[in-house]
Amino acid sequence: MTATSPAWLANPTDVSEAKKKLDQHTYETVQWHFHESTGSPFWLGKKAELGFDPLKEIKTFDDLKKFPMFEDEWLRGGPVERWIPKGLAGKPTYVFETGGTTGIPKSRVVIDDFRIDYELFSHTLPDQYFPKGANWLMLGPSGPRRLRLAVEHLCQYRGGICFCIDLDPRWVIKLIKKGWMEHLEEYKKHCIDQAITILTANHNIKCMFATPKLLESLAMGLAEKGTTLRECGITGIFSGGTEFTPQWTRFCVEELLEGLPEQSGVYMTPTYGNTLMGLACSRPITDEDNYTIAYYAPEPRAVVEIVDFEDSNKIVPYGQTGRVKLYTMTKEFFVPGFLERDEGEREMPYSKYPWDGVSGVRPYRGFASSTTVGVY
Amino acid sequence: MLTIQPLRWGKPYNSLDTFDVIHFDTGEPIAKIGQVTGGMVQLDMRRADQARKALRKFSCEDLIQKCQKAAQLFEHEPLSVGDGIQTVSDFIYQQSASTGLPEHMCQSNMKKNCFVLSNMAKILDCLTRGLPLDVYTRGYGEENRGVTVSYQCQAPVLGAVLPNNSPGVHTLWLPAVPLQVGLVLKPGSQEPWTPYRMISAFIAAGIPAEAFCLYPGGHDVGSTIMSKCERSMIFGSAQTVQQYSGNPRVQAHGPGFSKILIGDDVVDRWEDYLDMMVESVASNSGRGCINCSGIWASRHTKKIAEAIAAKIGPMEALPPQDPNAQLAAFTNKQMATGTWSMIQQDLAESGVTDMTASYGPRLVEQERCAYLRPMVLHADSPSRGVASKEYMFPFVSVVECPQKDMIKSIGQTLIGTALTADPSWIDDLTNAVNIDRLNIGAVATNRLNWLQPHEGNLTEFLFRNRAYQFAS
Repeated sequence: MTATSPAWLANPTDVSEAKKKLDQHTYETVQWHFHESTGSPFWLGKKAELGFDPLKEIKTFDDLKKFPMFEDEWLRGGPVERWIPKGLAGKPTYVFETGGTTGIPKSRVVIDDFRIDYELFSHTLPDQYFPKGANWLMLGPSGPRRLRLAVEHLCQYRGGICFCIDLDPRWVIKLIKKGWMEHLEEYKKHCIDQAITILTANHNIKCMFATPKLLESLAMGLAEKGTTLRECGITGIFSGGTEFTPQWTRFCVEELLEGLPEQSGVYMTPTYGNTLMGLACSRPITDEDNYTIAYYAPEPRAVVEIVDFEDSNKIVPYGQTGRVKLYTMTKEFFVPGFLERDEGEREMPYSKYPWDGVSGVRPYRGFASSTTVGVY
Repeated sequence: MLTIQPLRWGKPYNSLDTFDVIHFDTGEPIAKIGQVTGGMVQLDMRRADQARKALRKFSCEDLIQKCQKAAQLFEHEPLSVGDGIQTVSDFIYQQSASTGLPEHMCQSNMKKNCFVLSNMAKILDCLTRGLPLDVYTRGYGEENRGVTVSYQCQAPVLGAVLPNNSPGVHTLWLPAVPLQVGLVLKPGSQEPWTPYRMISAFIAAGIPAEAFCLYPGGHDVGSTIMSKCERSMIFGSAQTVQQYSGNPRVQAHGPGFSKILIGDDVVDRWEDYLDMMVESVASNSGRGCINCSGIWASRHTKKIAEAIAAKIGPMEALPPQDPNAQLAAFTNKQMATGTWSMIQQDLAESGVTDMTASYGPRLVEQERCAYLRPMVLHADSPSRGVASKEYMFPFVSVVECPQKDMIKSIGQTLIGTALTADPSWIDDLTNAVNIDRLNIGAVATNRLNWLQPHEGNLTEFLFRNRAYQFAS
């Protein structure tokens, strides 16, 4: 570590240990997904097209570059059973969807992954602000979404009961595409009214999940009623689902939550995730760090790389901008490299998460103009 | 490079999000502008009452004097803008560099704003029809004929979503300040200069800073201002005007479709009015809603069009520093090429003739910007599509139409200059509800008398005339 290194930087030994663990995990995951007795029909079918034997040639994480890029189009349509590894056959299975405003949504089958991911995430939450046994409010999308069940499980894992609202993001996107902005405002108000009703009904709610936009709308809705999230008893907020900017985060912390946690008693943690990968946590937000939001994937189960816009196998230098590339390696799901619809800057390993992270996540410039983002 | 931050009730806010304002021709950054979000505006608006309270500590007369001082500072003195000091020449350079307007036009717009500020007492006297101004401060008072009147303020602040490309429109919100109404402004992304310099001048002249918000930002900022301010004005397209039509909280300013109507009694002497017509079409590079986009007459229309084309057709795209420059650049090239395509469609209709065709190409594309050189089109009937068009450069259609059909055919007209002495037609024109400002005689459409209300009386917009009785 040099004199100018930030205090949060991971030490090289931890980084090296994490890399070894990742290589070992990669090897085991590939063995599972490509072995005739345990692999899924999808990957066993793909094996023949690969031109190499993953069982023999994939020994480290870097070897995953031999795979072609994962295409999320493969996730559209049935039968979804093709994604279930034989080794997990017969277990109760969920299907979670993304997209689907028009056409066939992308589906991911899940058995226990959402529970495992959110239990791991639970251990990163400070008990002071996310007290065990506290009840939660889930202010996010309902329906066939991983997030809704995952947040409920997180709450239950921490000993609480989760209160939810009805929110159909597909209808929200339709309203935007139709230009029905008055209906959009009314629908947002309908969602916020549900949340305020729950928060003001003596349910002992101390923690919540909210997307940034809904968090802002809720805070504004409460302000109009002369109260605040803090006054309603909220002490911990887990936020994610749409883009965070440092400026929005600063506004949220300073003005909606009335200060950093040590002053306001309210802690907000931004996260980055999706149905394919799981959940990446952020370094704690500080004003000294200009409210930079840097995310770290839950390695070794998932990995985030920042790669060159032109060459998806080339990682950009630290601090440089590139496209977000995801890997998922659980017993339920295998993604050997997928180019996300986001870009960002490569961040150095953090002491708590001694591997690369990403900051400044925003829609990928190649798609930005054609994508409806941050709809709820 | 200058860094300019949002102002939240007079206090600069160091935003982490910034937007580069760039030179339209070189692409070099001129300034960094901090951005706010709609959420910030929404939170701030909960304290809007404080703005009017701060201004009511001064009488309207005091504020008028301070406006006069602000005018002097705005036009002549270096002022603090963002993290720097901005001289008058800096201002003119910056405004020209980001909007594409020639520098001498920026200077003229500056003078126009100063004229309104300097003559605020007269302007308010006219807008209020001579009422004592303390009626507006207290909410009630006595007229000089001994009758109690009440004007109740409807909003502690006036919100305004300002345009990118027309530095002249700022005159419309200036009278709010001496009426003790605060300002919540969203500057156009390419024209932050006038609002920032004006507010700096107001503050330097002793007007309380807490009466002002300057909110550079995205669309959500504009929509939040419109929804959270009880009274606001917006500058936009015909669709924007349509969207807010009939909304008493919003004064929407869009295209003017301003016109010159030549009566049968004078049309044979049309040459006497040629310079006035040319000025109406081409002043300020034809960008304003007050520029003339249609000249209507029953005969001689081809000759009129030819004569105007001969005057403005040869205008070249000159560098903005050139004192002879008459054309503003389209800083967004696509806007020029898109406009050009629409005009090609207009020209495809039979009965429409391009009278400037012989003066060389009209679309001039440069590396980062484009120009459209002046165009005069002749339409042989009011039914031609071009008769109701307005574009953002010196563009006019000369339309052949019998006098008896003109009023019903011209459509909505912000400024109508009628060249006639026919009392019967003047009476019809006076009663025509589709004409907003009416000039009888040779008044160029761009020559506004600021002692007359423009697109609605601001006092009537901000205050409500109601009954107020005392027990006898």
